[in-house]
Amino acid sequence: MFSTARRTALRGAGSLLRPTSTFASSLGPSALRRLLSSLAVLEQRDGKLNHGSLNAITAAKKLGGTTHGFVAGGNIKPVAEEAAKVEGVGKIIAVDNAAYDKGLPENYAPLLVENIKKGGYTHILVGHTAFGKSLFPRVAALLDSQQISDITAIENENTFVRPIYAGNAIATVESSDSIKVITIRGTAFAAAEVGSGSAAVEEGVDPKVETPTEWVSEDLAKSDRPDLATAGKVVSGGRGLKSKEEFDRIMLPLADALGAAVGASRAAVDSGYADNSLQVGQTGKVVAPQLYMAVGISGAIQHLAGMKDSKVIAAINKDAEAPIFQVADVGLVGDLFEKVPELTEKLKSS
Amino acid sequence: MSALRILVPVKRVIDYAVKPRVNKAQTGVETAGVKHSMNPFDELSVEEAVRMRERKSAPGGVEDICVISAGPAKAQDVLRTAMAMGADRGIHVEVKEGEAEAGTGGLEPLTVAKLLRAAVDRERSNLVILGKQSIDDDAAQTGQMLAGLLGWGQATQASAVRFVEGEGDKVEVTQEVDGGVATVRSSLPMVITTDLRLNEPRYASLPNIMKAKKKPLVKLSLSDLGVANERRLKVVKVTEPAPRQGGGKVEDVDGLIGKLKELGAL
Repeated sequence: MFSTARRTALRGAGSLLRPTSTFASSLGPSALRRLLSSLAVLEQRDGKLNHGSLNAITAAKKLGGTTHGFVAGGNIKPVAEEAAKVEGVGKIIAVDNAAYDKGLPENYAPLLVENIKKGGYTHILVGHTAFGKSLFPRVAALLDSQQISDITAIENENTFVRPIYAGNAIATVESSDSIKVITIRGTAFAAAEVGSGSAAVEEGVDPKVETPTEWVSEDLAKSDRPDLATAGKVVSGGRGLKSKEEFDRIMLPLADALGAAVGASRAAVDSGYADNSLQVGQTGKVVAPQLYMAVGISGAIQHLAGMKDSKVIAAINKDAEAPIFQVADVGLVGDLFEKVPELTEKLKSS
Repeated sequence: MSALRILVPVKRVIDYAVKPRVNKAQTGVETAGVKHSMNPFDELSVEEAVRMRERKSAPGGVEDICVISAGPAKAQDVLRTAMAMGADRGIHVEVKEGEAEAGTGGLEPLTVAKLLRAAVDRERSNLVILGKQSIDDDAAQTGQMLAGLLGWGQATQASAVRFVEGEGDKVEVTQEVDGGVATVRSSLPMVITTDLRLNEPRYASLPNIMKAKKKPLVKLSLSDLGVANERRLKVVKVTEPAPRQGGGKVEDVDGLIGKLKELGAL
């Protein structure tokens, strides 16, 4: 923990007052705490801070020690200044270079590694999102650290809880790596509030590594409804909807009546009823809203993996034996084409 | 462009349709006597490699498709399945039973990535296609780690892969990202990880299953590849998730609304 020189100096000072061993042990825990320092990597898009990514700061603060934030991209200053307002953040490290706008791991990973080494961080955190999932394992490999993915709880600075087998088992793991590389499950840690904090913004180091990969284009689903991953209410449709037209006719008014985000099962996505990005489950989004309403969804384990931490689950299905009823807090057996429009009307008029 | 030498790592996991049970000692998941099969994302990887050959989409052609799996002797089953789907040959990296399962002391993704780096050197691979995650450990790390160790370009969660015409070794990959899709262009050698929507894997036909039995399968050990089964994560315990009790059913829509209000969800 300490260099020999420093240990000797400490021992010399301590021996004047009390036995060395007591001195050393009383110093131990607080010294450890001082050494713990976390770096939360924040996402930005088109010069705007992604507030959903601030849950990495919440997780970092739970670890204790100092918490710094990291942002990179072109004209990053406004993003960094916004992030600096999050309470409890010691510093925001910003790298202003448009080469990092799209978060390409080939140059972003070496950039992070340089800044991690410079800052001497013990814990690096990011959301388990497309950005975090693509970037962090590469960072971990460059640091020779075994990443801990998609954690849902922190037991102590070395010990973390994460679901395995599509959430059918919960593993508690203890890391022996000197730098812990961690992705966090967004629904398990609330996003930190942008408040009246005033962290310093500091320029990071930029190794300007060349990338063999270039970003070409993107096609994002535009929606005025709440974002699926962070919505308080989600209505989700499955194979029972029968077609895209019916999906839109039945599910969208229900979503609007509730102010909910729209999700879908894999069956509905594969059949083209809904966009891929709406898939809830092991291979899609993991959500944990106040209310999850499953319509025409049988409840396969891969789907349950993505929604079973919801506060209240409601299900409408014509098959009384569907597995979804085993987890639903309230179930209604019936034809969704009758029941859902009726529900929508009654919600609107109440 | 040089011919493609594709390496496809495959993993034997508990079948996706089986609901895993935590063992009594809380050290892992019961695996004895449980149906196992190829990780579903790895089937997509094999399928994509075979299609690159069949559709002659790669300008330099496909010279070799090698599948590799690390695990106990039974891992050979998934290698044979992959060969029945069209892979040319297999490498089995033998790891003792009980040292290979997720969450119970198995190979960690970083170890697998190091092992694959050595295999890439050995096989002179210039394209590695992996699944985006294995459905047991759900880590989603190995492909990215491998790309990092090799210093190659990476494209994760691919839903479409195409070779750019007249651009030699350029590959364009459409990736599933939050909120939609993004397209990146990289160049060989590179690492691609597959997402569910990339393709529809074929079933191996009986004649192909028979033929696959004759395809070459090499057995190696971790030390042959210069890798130790070094563990960085200690599994403290594995538990069942908190059970969720169904709250029963209601008769009609009014009952549903009433119950949701009672539960504070409306």
